[in-house]
Amino acid sequence: MSEIRLIDVAMQYVTHKAQVRALDRISLTVPDGQFACIVGPSGCGKSTLLMVAAGLVTPSEGEVLVDGKPATAPGADRGMVFQSYSLYPWLSVRRNIEFGMEIKRTPRTERQLRSGELIHLMKLDGFAEAYPKALSGGMKQRAAIARALANDPQVLLMDEPFGALDAQTRQIMQEMLTDLWQRFRKTVLFVTHDIDEAIFLGDVIYVMTNRPGRIRTTLRVDLPRPRTFDMVGGPHFAQLRNQVVGIIHEESLKAVESELARA
Amino acid sequence: MSQRVPAAQAAPAVSAPQQRRRRGLLRIYLTPKQAIPGRARLTLGIGSFVVILAAWQVASVIISNPLFVPSPVQVWRAWVDAIQHRHFLDDVAWSAFRIIAGFLIAAVMAVPLGLLMGSFEVVRAFFQPPINFIRYMPASAFIPLLLLLIGLGENEKLMIIWIGVFFQLVLMVMDIAHRVPDEMLNVAYTLGASRWTVFYKVFLPATFPEVVDALRITMGWAWTYLIVAEIVAAERGIGSFILISERFLRSDRIIAAIITIGLLGLITDYAIAAIHRAAFPYVEKVHR
Repeated sequence: MSEIRLIDVAMQYVTHKAQVRALDRISLTVPDGQFACIVGPSGCGKSTLLMVAAGLVTPSEGEVLVDGKPATAPGADRGMVFQSYSLYPWLSVRRNIEFGMEIKRTPRTERQLRSGELIHLMKLDGFAEAYPKALSGGMKQRAAIARALANDPQVLLMDEPFGALDAQTRQIMQEMLTDLWQRFRKTVLFVTHDIDEAIFLGDVIYVMTNRPGRIRTTLRVDLPRPRTFDMVGGPHFAQLRNQVVGIIHEESLKAVESELARA
Repeated sequence: MSQRVPAAQAAPAVSAPQQRRRRGLLRIYLTPKQAIPGRARLTLGIGSFVVILAAWQVASVIISNPLFVPSPVQVWRAWVDAIQHRHFLDDVAWSAFRIIAGFLIAAVMAVPLGLLMGSFEVVRAFFQPPINFIRYMPASAFIPLLLLLIGLGENEKLMIIWIGVFFQLVLMVMDIAHRVPDEMLNVAYTLGASRWTVFYKVFLPATFPEVVDALRITMGWAWTYLIVAEIVAAERGIGSFILISERFLRSDRIIAAIITIGLLGLITDYAIAAIHRAAFPYVEKVHR
């Protein structure tokens, strides 16, 4: 069992002008082994929500539970992958992947066995001893995902991990990730603004509203697993996409209007 | 160089392929921000020194007053003579010792403080205002005060270098530390690292390459302050050599000493750059 549960999470902060409410009482539960996606207009606070889930930001109200236990600080039970890869440039790919195990003082042989497996699995063979500067964007993100998985977290938090990649690479990465999920069955909370990505990857999609961020709709994606790329062209996929696009469009319009109202 | 005659002057005489070739050359050498062939870069670099030396030689012939403009050859002779008969290398050694000692003391204090200021708001809030203030006081202005307070021994020289380097370096290191991306630290937390582990396994290594760069830059400033301090009051050192040469109206020796300082600066710069390359092979190179 490894589920993550957010209960009435709210976030507000005070700028020099006004009090900003970024998140408004968000509750959601990602049960064991579910792939949940959060989509929403830009600036809706979805990344903040993920930071709260990771324990990197303390919410103004509400709490985060991992397997029923409150999680107030970041820990190895919730691994995180950022958009900016954030690999350590001074460590080789292998040592980047082993970083979490090194902290935990995992024995060397076990460490190397596990990093070796992941390097092969993430198609990074031949780059184990290379520095991150030698890798392409897609390879960097694969190494970052391997680093998070090497730690065997209960929950994997992903903050727009493919947002910085070009369209072709992004597609390949989505396929790799869904295969990977099929294999490890991790509990995943995945933030993105790419609707196709959310439908392709997720079991559930939470659509967020414009600021203050709230969950407006929860959609179940009943596409069969394992997911394959040809589903993206199918009629069921299109129907789901239209639904989400409509909601997001409405919310984005609201965002523009509220900006105008403030100006 | 000879191919680059003004186009208008040569145009009527040249054939079409030649014209194309000329435009090609212009495109290679005069396109903004485009790299030029490596050999051309080397030739131009050496060429600039040749031009300077030639201009200097011509000026010395025209003016023909060795006090005002000693010729390059004369300066070379003065340099050899200073080394052979005037213990100039001892002066160089004295200056080098002061630079190294003063700079090391400043660096050993400035780097840790700068790192702490860059990572802990508490430390920054306390130290930054006075350091920002003192930074604008020129180190050379402290010389008379230090002469009064601690006399003209070695301590005074080291103190001047320290004042000149420390306050600048602290702020540079602070900026470097401040620029370490939050996400780099956050990733470590989500991999189970404690705050202390994040500090020494992520934060510190993330700053190292740029700190060494900052040391390289401030090293150059240290030379300026040292020479000023030595010119004002010192028995030995390149600065005092310059002062004594001035009393004897030996501008050739002064120029020889100044060039020596330039060479020493260049050597240290290259040495630190080489250390940087060897120690941080993982840094992505922005220039060349």
